[in-house]
Amino acid sequence: MRITQGAFSFLPDLSDEEILAQVSYSLNSGWSVSVEFTDDPHPRNTYWSMWGLPMFDLSEPAGVLEEINRCRQTYPNHYIRVNAFDSSYGRQTTALSFIVNRPADEPGFRLSRSEGHDRRINYSITSYASEKPSGQRY
Amino acid sequence: MLYSKRDRSIALSGFDLKTIGPTLCIRSALTLSGVRFCGFGSRIGVGMEVEIDQAETSRWGAGVIPYTKMGFWQPDYEPKDSDILAAFRITPQPNVPPEEAGAAVAGESSTATWTVVWTDRLTSYEHYQAKCYRVDPVPGNPEQFIAYIAYDLDLFEEGSIANMTSSIIGNVFGFKALKALRLEDLRIPPHYTKTFQGPPHGIVMEREYLNKFGRPLLGATIKPKLGLSARNYGRVVYEGLRGGLDFTKDDENINSQPFMRWRDRFLYCMEGVQMAQAETGEVKGHYLNITAGTMEEMYERAEFAKELGSVVVMIDLTIGYTAMTSMSKWCRRNGVLLHLHRAGHSTFTRQKSHGVNFRVLAKWSRLIGVDHIHAGTIVGKLEGDPNSVQGYYDTLRLDKVSANPVRGLYFDQDWASMPGVMPVASGGIHAGQMHQLLHYLGDDVILQFGGGTIGHPMGIAAGASANRVALEAMVKARNEGRDFLQEGEVILRKAAQGSPELEAALDVWGSITFDYESTDTPDVVATPSF
Repeated sequence: MRITQGAFSFLPDLSDEEILAQVSYSLNSGWSVSVEFTDDPHPRNTYWSMWGLPMFDLSEPAGVLEEINRCRQTYPNHYIRVNAFDSSYGRQTTALSFIVNRPADEPGFRLSRSEGHDRRINYSITSYASEKPSGQRY
Repeated sequence: MLYSKRDRSIALSGFDLKTIGPTLCIRSALTLSGVRFCGFGSRIGVGMEVEIDQAETSRWGAGVIPYTKMGFWQPDYEPKDSDILAAFRITPQPNVPPEEAGAAVAGESSTATWTVVWTDRLTSYEHYQAKCYRVDPVPGNPEQFIAYIAYDLDLFEEGSIANMTSSIIGNVFGFKALKALRLEDLRIPPHYTKTFQGPPHGIVMEREYLNKFGRPLLGATIKPKLGLSARNYGRVVYEGLRGGLDFTKDDENINSQPFMRWRDRFLYCMEGVQMAQAETGEVKGHYLNITAGTMEEMYERAEFAKELGSVVVMIDLTIGYTAMTSMSKWCRRNGVLLHLHRAGHSTFTRQKSHGVNFRVLAKWSRLIGVDHIHAGTIVGKLEGDPNSVQGYYDTLRLDKVSANPVRGLYFDQDWASMPGVMPVASGGIHAGQMHQLLHYLGDDVILQFGGGTIGHPMGIAAGASANRVALEAMVKARNEGRDFLQEGEVILRKAAQGSPELEAALDVWGSITFDYESTDTPDVVATPSF
């Protein structure tokens, strides 16, 4: 399966040139860009590991791409996403987030059902990969 | 605050009250002295059949006097920062002067009744009287005027839209002296706004909760609206969500009918939602409509939706302002998003001369506190002039909204940090319009393609994928600096090369448009046409 989190997961994987264009758009919008990675892509996993701090003072998109590529080299089989953060009053939240790296094989999730009374079902979702310890998953 | 400072073209004194109405007979000469409650003058009310013999009687004598003379017309009044201001479109009966009509609206929506009551004198009536402080003619429409009225904060109960609506639109719309009356806009000051908490979550919290950023959200309403069994209904939910939608939706009239009871629907829908989440790794939701005949039943349905893990419930406007407010508070307490379907609103929002403009309903809904509200598509099948709809979107999403006559916004509106409401665009829209939708509506919107998803020739999941591919391609092109509005069709066709689903959608619907003239357009200034 293909995890479709992020803004562009229904499109072919973005090339470096296309990533640069999105980073430029973000920087021109006054947003700060950060890189995050994980090997636990559960939809409720909010806090992916940070690849350094958000690049608050960076104005050159090439520098961001350099960080993305260093993260890719270190974690070639992890999910890596680029976030753009809008700190302006009234937003103060993520403005754009898209995946730039994913494992070669994505085994997906198991949906577990536990049957309760009155036909109620309690559901839980588990990533097949996360059954192994972190670092050995993909 | 007001967007123009035209000279008042209407003389304040010297008009002849003989012209007030065809049924009036006035023997006394009248002069407006410019001083309120100034002592002596004839009394007459608009549309009243009265005959007054005495030349001069006091403000407080028994009988009927013009609203303008009872303090409801105060052209020199400077609205206070804490006043609630209203802009009414008035169409007076023939020969009723516009100031008298405006003053009558102010009177009937605040302290007045049709005749003088001595018990006014037991109150600080000047404080409680609404004041009509300005009347402007509507360009090109000699019958209509915009009357501006200021209401003191004390007239309204804190946190109660029921009270605010009973005050401002409660009694006055059937007033005989007016042929028609429309509430165009309200300025709601922070003093009153702060008595509400607004949306249970708001745009920012919703996006963080759903983990979806930088693009409009996608939805679809399950079709056919009526008749599907719960099991088949849940199948449509599942197919739509796994194909790429963020949300699916009950329609407004799906409540709990014999063909599908609410509890069965909730169970099967949540099975579909959970399966789609597992297949995509995304958070998904189905707006479970909890509208019911009593509050007790609505709470029961909402509790069950929460127990099943639904991220969102839905209500119809038809449940009423108080019920909406109660559900808003329930949703904040329970961490469930609240979707509002504006069922029935066109009965009073659509006609230009009479009713309540949707921008006012949008403001009430933001105060009441909903997370989503249907607010128009511009390009779809339902009524919606582009300028007006963009004005509604500004009203729902922005914190400080400036008066903008082109967009039909009569007042500056400061929301005092109240979270924004996510507008929903639904009704006759399809993937081939993605460039226009993104251009007009921006990122913070839910685009709902019902027929445009479920009617796809390759199936529901394919329809959902087509919409998602089209959306992501258009957002990406915009961010890359492309002139996406002009190049929209090229961008879509290029994206369709990697998506047979999108290609099929464009082939079926690409040329469908709904070009009808709007019944309601801003007209207080010249507006560009689209």
